[in-house]
Amino acid sequence: MTAVAQPEPARRRTASPLARAWAFVRRNAISVFGVLALVYLLLPIVVVIVFSFNDPAGRYNYTWEGFTTEHWTNPFGPPGLGDAMEASLKVAGLATLAATILGTLAALALVRYHFRGRGATNLLIFIPLAAPEIVLGASLLTLFLNWGVSTGFWTIVIAHIMFCISFVVVTVRARLVGFDRHLEEAAMDLGANEYVTFWKVTLPLIAPGILAGALLAFSLSIDDFVITNFNSGTTVTFPLYVWGSARLGVPPEVNVIGTMIFGVAIAIMLANVLFQWRRTPKGAQ
Amino acid sequence: MTFFHRHRWLTPYVLLAPALAWLVLFFVVPLFWLSITSLQEGTVQVGYTFTWAWENYSNAIREYHTQFFRALLYAGIATVVALLISYPLAYWIAFRGGRWKNVLLLCIIAPFFVTYLIRTLAWQNILSDNGFVLDVLKTIGLVADDGRLLATSTAVVAGITYNFLPFMALPLYVSLEQIDRSLIEAAEDLYASSAKAFLRVTLPLSMPGVIAGTLLTFIPAAGDFINAQLLGTPNQYMIGNVIQSKFLVITDYGQAAALSVLVMAVILVLIAVYTRLLGTERLAG
Repeated sequence: MTAVAQPEPARRRTASPLARAWAFVRRNAISVFGVLALVYLLLPIVVVIVFSFNDPAGRYNYTWEGFTTEHWTNPFGPPGLGDAMEASLKVAGLATLAATILGTLAALALVRYHFRGRGATNLLIFIPLAAPEIVLGASLLTLFLNWGVSTGFWTIVIAHIMFCISFVVVTVRARLVGFDRHLEEAAMDLGANEYVTFWKVTLPLIAPGILAGALLAFSLSIDDFVITNFNSGTTVTFPLYVWGSARLGVPPEVNVIGTMIFGVAIAIMLANVLFQWRRTPKGAQ
Repeated sequence: MTFFHRHRWLTPYVLLAPALAWLVLFFVVPLFWLSITSLQEGTVQVGYTFTWAWENYSNAIREYHTQFFRALLYAGIATVVALLISYPLAYWIAFRGGRWKNVLLLCIIAPFFVTYLIRTLAWQNILSDNGFVLDVLKTIGLVADDGRLLATSTAVVAGITYNFLPFMALPLYVSLEQIDRSLIEAAEDLYASSAKAFLRVTLPLSMPGVIAGTLLTFIPAAGDFINAQLLGTPNQYMIGNVIQSKFLVITDYGQAAALSVLVMAVILVLIAVYTRLLGTERLAG
């Protein structure tokens, strides 16, 4: 950005008034377009939040009938919704824990070491990211069917760990690539052994990357419908509850919980943005 | 510990082992069982036996080629529309975002924080027969007075476009952000018009983002069944709907697995062709 911010006398002199007017129109046209695109992206979110305060007349929460905070006072009112949310949180917690540990170890190996089979390993980690969810879900189901495993809570956890690992590896790896290894060497020069160096230097430095990976894994897990749908048996997670209720009319409490999840996620992201913002010196764009 | 000191070459394998074992067991092995299942014959009642039942494939193609091509068509249209919306948006944020870049990026990924099913249901709400979008379109004459938006292919494609748009916008942003601004300035100093500078410098340099974004959008879009289910009718069903109902509702595992293998195969071929045609040459240049 520094290069753009500097005055450009050469271009100022050569540009005709017409070209400058065109540049002005173009600059503003793209801003208008950008704002409209953001409105389009955010519109459904506004609808979700607004309709969590709706007081629907019948089963369907489609038209605005009146304002009420009733659904916010008892968001787990509809039968089954509380259990579904509990199942979702348990699955997400377990999957995040396992995927974060496995993914971080794998990322360390991929960045730190040169070894035989690196290319194949990379491929194995990246194909699950590119494969359509329906194929991942369907193939796991055929595995469980052929092995005679009945699907339920634990098969959901297994599936979620599987699709979260690759995302954790990618996230932690990105953080490790920019890592200054001189810090580790300094610790070793000062007498720390490899294990002390890892716990006191390496881990604290890559902790933000691990945290980012864990947050990503948690949000992917709690949001997942397709893969869960194939491997859930009779267990109902929050997205499965929403799917089941879609045919009969979704209760406004679903909007309340959707809004809550959105609020928590946005709060975490905003905290991160503000943190980075404050650390960036003014004018150093 | 001494064991690892003596055999340092083992360290990366030890670090990788748990994650790779998980991915092999719950990603690679399931794909094997998916292919096996696709060649099995039988019903849930009498059980399935492996009989090289290639007729699963021929029957599946004969009966469901419509849904197959519809999935590719809808995903293709959605990908193009998402590109047309995302490119100016990503350009705007990368080149004019300034200090607000992080906040604007947060707006792009904000839809991800509302559960997939809930944001699709919000579109059901927005496009419904009582919704304001339909009112506006009727008023300006774009839709006939008795026309509707919900339960049409337009609604399904719009839903797919919306749900996967961030997958397009983020890689585009990354590649636009990485462009060395002095290259564009150099082109303008050498009397290229801004349009020409864009076409000859910015656009080619952003091609990696276009390729990545297109694949990341097209692949999940082609396998999707949620938008067709919630925003369309059986006339809009895509291949994902067929696979989902064959696995989970009518338990016709052989054909369902055959269709899943076909989806995976088509997508692998597309990735290969796409990167060969567009990727290598442009990426190298």
